[in-house]
Amino acid sequence: MRTIFALAGVVIKELYRRKDFYVLFILTIVICVIMASVNIFNDNQIVRYLKELCLLLIWISSLVIAITTTARQIPAEREQRTLLPLLAKPLTRTQLILGKFLGCWLACGLVLICFYVFFGALAASREHAWPLLSYFQAAILHWMALGVVIAMTLLGSLVFAAPSSNSTICFVLVATILCVGRYLDAVALTLGEPLRSVIYAFYYAIPHVEIPFEMRNLIVHDWPLIGWKFIGLDILYLLAYMAIFLVAACLVFRRKPVN
Amino acid sequence: MSVILKTDKLRVEFKSREFRQSPKVALSGLDLEVGTGEVFGFLGPNGAGKTTTINVLLGFVQPTSGAAALFGIDVRQPIARQRIGYLPEMTYYYKFLSAEELLRFYAKIFGLPRNETDKRIAQLLKLVELEHASKRQIKTYSKGMQQRVGLAQALINNPDLLVLDEPTSGLDPVGRMKVREIIQRLKNEGKTVFFASHELGEVETVCDRVAIISEGELKAIGRVSEIVAQHPSLEKAFLEVIGYKPQLA
Repeated sequence: MRTIFALAGVVIKELYRRKDFYVLFILTIVICVIMASVNIFNDNQIVRYLKELCLLLIWISSLVIAITTTARQIPAEREQRTLLPLLAKPLTRTQLILGKFLGCWLACGLVLICFYVFFGALAASREHAWPLLSYFQAAILHWMALGVVIAMTLLGSLVFAAPSSNSTICFVLVATILCVGRYLDAVALTLGEPLRSVIYAFYYAIPHVEIPFEMRNLIVHDWPLIGWKFIGLDILYLLAYMAIFLVAACLVFRRKPVN
Repeated sequence: MSVILKTDKLRVEFKSREFRQSPKVALSGLDLEVGTGEVFGFLGPNGAGKTTTINVLLGFVQPTSGAAALFGIDVRQPIARQRIGYLPEMTYYYKFLSAEELLRFYAKIFGLPRNETDKRIAQLLKLVELEHASKRQIKTYSKGMQQRVGLAQALINNPDLLVLDEPTSGLDPVGRMKVREIIQRLKNEGKTVFFASHELGEVETVCDRVAIISEGELKAIGRVSEIVAQHPSLEKAFLEVIGYKPQLA
């Protein structure tokens, strides 16, 4: 476990020593602050739209950070050959995969804390309220969804040759799930066989990360809290997908030549 | 003297990516034994199979047939690498870390206790003369400094066997002398060093025994003094063993 945490520590250090995270973070903050300072159409309810846009930006930024950070982990190790002195130590390839995953996941968790604290401050400046439990529910499911995306990207980085192609494929896949994932069963109902079964199979096979995505509504419309039992079940559901992708990544990596 | 590094009829073939091409034989029937406390030179021309042998010993490449063991443990087991240190030919380290952070990271992988880690890092930074630059990121280091960080990371676990792949390549004469001094020091401490190099003068100075391979096959093995006794120099012996014939009379 100490080895996995050591590897994760290096991933986190890399993230905060690179400039791209700061650029994205500052850009998100600047856009949100500008939006917050403008009273569009003199509408007092504009704060809802503002919150929705702000949360959408947070989702997009966190996905960009998660996918781009994860996609380059193993390819960069191979390309820069830092994998050689690393695997010359008493370290298994499974530990390496788990360390990289944990590092990216924890780094994204830290990023989310920054984003949600900023969002909370921005919303409180307009609404004078801190619905902390709603924020917590949205943030924890957001983090779990990012875990699934990170595990999937890690597997992709072992399958696809270039980090750019892996990032693009993962972005398209995640965007598709977020936009149409929940409608697939309804679409399947309108189709005849065998297409119906194929679409149903897709519907049940894909990780439904759009559930955490929809948690934005909880904050935007001040809906009551979701039952903790359902939050727990969704966390278990997302953890199961993380485990599936990670096991697949470990199996693929075991067969990969080091150089 | 117990054997701590052993290869037994080691064969490595690489499949060709070309259609209907036969696989390339990188190593063929390699038998090696290195005992405790030896400084063992592993010589060969470019493409002879030196790095492939090291890659097999470190578990990077699976042998097609035969076996390799470190400390009597199959090299495919990660625990076989617990007591070794490895210095690659080029400097392949996380450039965004400082030397101290890099050493601390590797110490954690070896599971060294925190107080021992601090002591060990201080000793090693002193040994490789990088105390003044220990907090700076590695990307700001010169090539010689990066190679010395490499040597420090190879020694972090106080290894019983040190595997060096062309440790002095690209270093200036002072850097080479420092690496040679460190190898000599390790030898005096009773450590075993497995040393792949092109620098025959260096090998002659520091090694007890040498093996010469060419085209994946072991051509000669023995004490440096024995090999040199039959030839005017180690260089002449090397050229004769690999079958090099000078083009100019």
